[in-house]
Amino acid sequence: MKSLLKYIKDYKKESILAPLFKMLEASFELMVPLVMAAIIDNGIAGSDTPYILKMGAVLVLLAAVGLASSVTAQYFSAKAAVGFATKLRSALFSHIQGLSYTELDTIGTSTLITRMTSDVNQIQNGVNLTLRLLLRSPFIVFGAMVMAFTVDVRAALIFVVTIPLLAVVVFGIMLVSMPLYKKVQAALDKILGRTRENLAGARVIRAFCKEESETADFEQENELLLNTQVFVGKISAAMNPVTYIIINIALVVLLWTGAVRVDNGIITQGEVVALVNYMSQILVELVKMANLIIQLTKALACAKRVEGIFEITSSMKSGTFNKYDIEILNEDKEDDAMIIFHHVSLTYSGGGDESLTDIDFVVNKGETVGIIGGTGSGKTSVVNLIPRFYDATKGHVIVDGIKVIDYEIPVLREKIGVVPQKAVLFKGTIRENLLWGNEHASEQDIEDALRISQAKEFVDTKEGRLDFMIAQGGKNLSGGQKQRLTIARAIVRKPDILILDDSASALDFATDAKLRAAVKDMGNDMTVIIVSQRAASIMFADKIVVMDDGAVAGIGTHEQLLADNKIYQEIYYSQFPDKKANAANEQARR
Amino acid sequence: MKEMNQEILKKVLDHIGKYKIFLFFSIVLAAISVILTLYIPILTGQAVDCILGPSAVDFDGILDILKKMAVIIVLTALVQWVMNACNNKIAYQVVRDVRDEAFKKLQILPLKYIDGHSHGDIVSRVIADVDQFSDGLLMGFTQLFTGVVTIIGTLVFMFSINVSTTVVVVILTPLSFFIAGFIAKRTFSMSKLQSETRGEQTALIDEMIGNEKVVKAFGHEPQVMEKFTEINDRLQKASVKAIFFSSLTNPCTRFVNSLVYAGVGILGAFLAIKGYISVGQLTSFLSYANQYTKPFNEISGVVTELQTALACAGRVFEFIEEEPQMAEPDNAAVLQAPKGSISMQNVCFSYNPDQKLIQNFNLEVKPGQRVAIVGPTGCGKTTVINLLMRFYDVNSGSIRIDGIDLRNMTRKSLRESFGMVLQETWLHAGTIRENIVMGKPDATDDEVIAAAKAAHAHSFIKRLPMGYDTVITEDGGSLSQGQKQLLCITRVMLCLPPMLILDEATSSIDTRTEIKISQAFNTMMKGRTSFIVAHRLSTIREADIILVMKDGNIIEQGNHETLLGKEGGFYAKLYNSQFEAVSGCDA
Repeated sequence: MKSLLKYIKDYKKESILAPLFKMLEASFELMVPLVMAAIIDNGIAGSDTPYILKMGAVLVLLAAVGLASSVTAQYFSAKAAVGFATKLRSALFSHIQGLSYTELDTIGTSTLITRMTSDVNQIQNGVNLTLRLLLRSPFIVFGAMVMAFTVDVRAALIFVVTIPLLAVVVFGIMLVSMPLYKKVQAALDKILGRTRENLAGARVIRAFCKEESETADFEQENELLLNTQVFVGKISAAMNPVTYIIINIALVVLLWTGAVRVDNGIITQGEVVALVNYMSQILVELVKMANLIIQLTKALACAKRVEGIFEITSSMKSGTFNKYDIEILNEDKEDDAMIIFHHVSLTYSGGGDESLTDIDFVVNKGETVGIIGGTGSGKTSVVNLIPRFYDATKGHVIVDGIKVIDYEIPVLREKIGVVPQKAVLFKGTIRENLLWGNEHASEQDIEDALRISQAKEFVDTKEGRLDFMIAQGGKNLSGGQKQRLTIARAIVRKPDILILDDSASALDFATDAKLRAAVKDMGNDMTVIIVSQRAASIMFADKIVVMDDGAVAGIGTHEQLLADNKIYQEIYYSQFPDKKANAANEQARR
Repeated sequence: MKEMNQEILKKVLDHIGKYKIFLFFSIVLAAISVILTLYIPILTGQAVDCILGPSAVDFDGILDILKKMAVIIVLTALVQWVMNACNNKIAYQVVRDVRDEAFKKLQILPLKYIDGHSHGDIVSRVIADVDQFSDGLLMGFTQLFTGVVTIIGTLVFMFSINVSTTVVVVILTPLSFFIAGFIAKRTFSMSKLQSETRGEQTALIDEMIGNEKVVKAFGHEPQVMEKFTEINDRLQKASVKAIFFSSLTNPCTRFVNSLVYAGVGILGAFLAIKGYISVGQLTSFLSYANQYTKPFNEISGVVTELQTALACAGRVFEFIEEEPQMAEPDNAAVLQAPKGSISMQNVCFSYNPDQKLIQNFNLEVKPGQRVAIVGPTGCGKTTVINLLMRFYDVNSGSIRIDGIDLRNMTRKSLRESFGMVLQETWLHAGTIRENIVMGKPDATDDEVIAAAKAAHAHSFIKRLPMGYDTVITEDGGSLSQGQKQLLCITRVMLCLPPMLILDEATSSIDTRTEIKISQAFNTMMKGRTSFIVAHRLSTIREADIILVMKDGNIIEQGNHETLLGKEGGFYAKLYNSQFEAVSGCDA
């Protein structure tokens, strides 16, 4: 919580004034029983009508001043709490934007989203309540006791016993029931999980005729939830009756003591009434405080979680070479190497073994390179190192003559167009999505990109063409359409390096082939890297890198690899079983 | 609207009906507890009247009163506790019943409903809405009831003491009601703006952080931050207003309360001077004046809560009353060890009436034949599977297995006759073994291992921390997509039903492993009628029948050679696009 406090700094004034005004209101409230006592003792006993009117006016005045200070307090408190949350949210969002892939992998997206939304809201509520109630409630409880002392010390001693007793009961029940409520939550999560599972797996469950056993399991878990709830319910249901007994028995004792004291002439009848009033004020505030503490523990837990995110810092330090530096450095660069992997190894954090081992190859400017290999062979890991999504744990990746770690990260990524495996589009028009690639792209650039990515055909059929609204997550497009638009987005960028990471998996062979031909025809010096499991997608490449189990198993052209690389042969013939024979036939025909 | 609410209310009452006794107790106890609670201020007042001044205290009288008080206090507490327990019992049991009902419903809903509705929405109906409705409706009921009883009781007690002072209280209190309503109305638009802006922000966060890697790849962080800040600032403005204005309710009602208190104090004092009431009675009045507004405020809160609760209950019941899938006829046949001849005659089907899909489709599959379904992305290949498994019913025409119409056999026996591996792998939270034995719960360890070996899953399962007893989370957790698919294949390998459906079964497995699996598949498919959906032409070349689909329709039907021989045919074009690239490279 401490480290989050800095976000309230700009609202220091508000966060001091809010509780102050709240206490002011409370002090006025505490005066009411005394005024009433005066009315009884002086006004009624002395039949003094003007006095009663005067004191009545004082009561109204107290109420009005109380209202004014309370409204002021609410305003300052709302301003401080919301201002704090706004700053916090902004800082958190910015912090998350600065994290690298490694941290995003370990924390997980859904966690981050919860932190940003419901956790920050909870904290905001917590701050708001704290400013308003944390000082007020104890102030009234102790204030009532102090006031009782000013009336009569003996009677006040009853308060001294009652307040701790009440506190023990209220907080004791809370302490016992809170972990139990956690258990309720866990049981609820379980049935929630099962419901979700049954929706996602409806087909499989029905295919295996598991409806009845699933229902039985659900009912069992539901019963468990019920039992836990009833048990906790019984405990927390005791809170009200027990506090009721304590406070009212104290009242009985108070009346008896009061009677004795009045009989001895030490206090007056009106003062007994005042003491009775103070007693009833205490209970109300204690219950409020118990609720407040529940809210606060929730908010504190949220704050701790948010703090946890702030403590995670990006493991990736940006380099210092900007565009200008690079131009100078590259002025008299002669070799053609665009990307160099120099004995690169990669171990994911917490991943145990090396995911990539001693990767070493060169891609020349303008070349098309295919990377092929089985599931989990490390294809994607290799290409993720080029835009520096992850840092190599050994060796160096060099792009355009400079180590990737020396680039200012945005400068490096500007050179590269990535089409990730999962086709992600954002809510907005097609145009807006394509402009992600390059904010300054002209209409012509966009049209070209659509044509090359084979997206033009379906974009033309959409209402409003480029102004067609894509729903969140691209839900109103098919998988293949999304994939083609993500390719277009990367092409709009006119990158030096285009990376297609298994980006054509949802396309049929015909479209995939057209796409490859169009990319090849773009006729600039673009270096293209294609990752695929399909031999057909990469066999035309200038160079093919065969990956196996995190290591390079062979590099060469299709013919070379087919001639002497066992793994490549295996992959190829698994996809073209009759190719061997066919190839022979063709040769014969020639 | 009102009629609808009444209808929902009736349904809620039907559910509570089972716990009538508890409800009866709860109401009786609530009334008792309220009356006892209200009696305390009167007794306090009487006690105060015994304390007149020095040497003028009636100790006998006060002792009697205090004894009475002590008994009532303990009784009240007891009654309150039992009442709370009753309420909990009703609320939680009704929740349990409704959830069980909803879950049972979930199992018999047509897949059309599950496919057509957001899962998040259904989950929130079964979980959050049920909670809200029990909290709001049942707790709301008791609050409403005690509130009303308190108000009536207080009025009766007050009138019994003094009429004119009561009139002051009765006239002044609705003021707080009025003010609270006034504020609520004014703040409604502000809260709405706040929650709308918050929704907008959540959507942005969801989208951007959900796809943070893409944001980074395109270096779009500054633009995203800019958009976020803009919404964040708007949210700040809206929130300050909404929170401030809604937080005015408490101080304002408290103010009215204080006015009532002052009014009672002044009037009571005058009456006391005149001797109409005693000081003790004034004390009772003052504490009633303090409490009297509370039930009003509570009731106004309860009314809004009841409305949301009713809306939630409506959503839950709407789900529970959703049309279930077509019931099986009483004399439904049980499909036993079918030979596997499948015939589709004049089948027409579409997901929605506006969009025609399959029309007058005919297909004859002999036992043991292999049918491949091919076509470009999104052409509706899974539709055929939906019909075969009877996840959806045909609109017209018929599908028969061994001559029996699907609609005339039990769903259970139909589905047990098919082994299915779907594109979306689905795993249960539980151990690997539990997931494998889904179709054959009494399988022995040896059988499980044999199936896993046949599906090439054994080697990776063996390497998991706890082997076959490794617990996996919902949707597979740390397993790779390929591994998940292998598990799903193992599942079918284990029970080996007479017919098979393989949908993109190997799409996430690398081709080398796929070769090994396809060998296993080949043994598995021998003698079994099978349907295969796949992108890879290599895996379907050997099929007896190839169905070529486009835009949901089956446009060509035949085997590899006949389809390839069809000049300008769609299949021929599809096949050659792969072939072209190859020859282009060779040249």
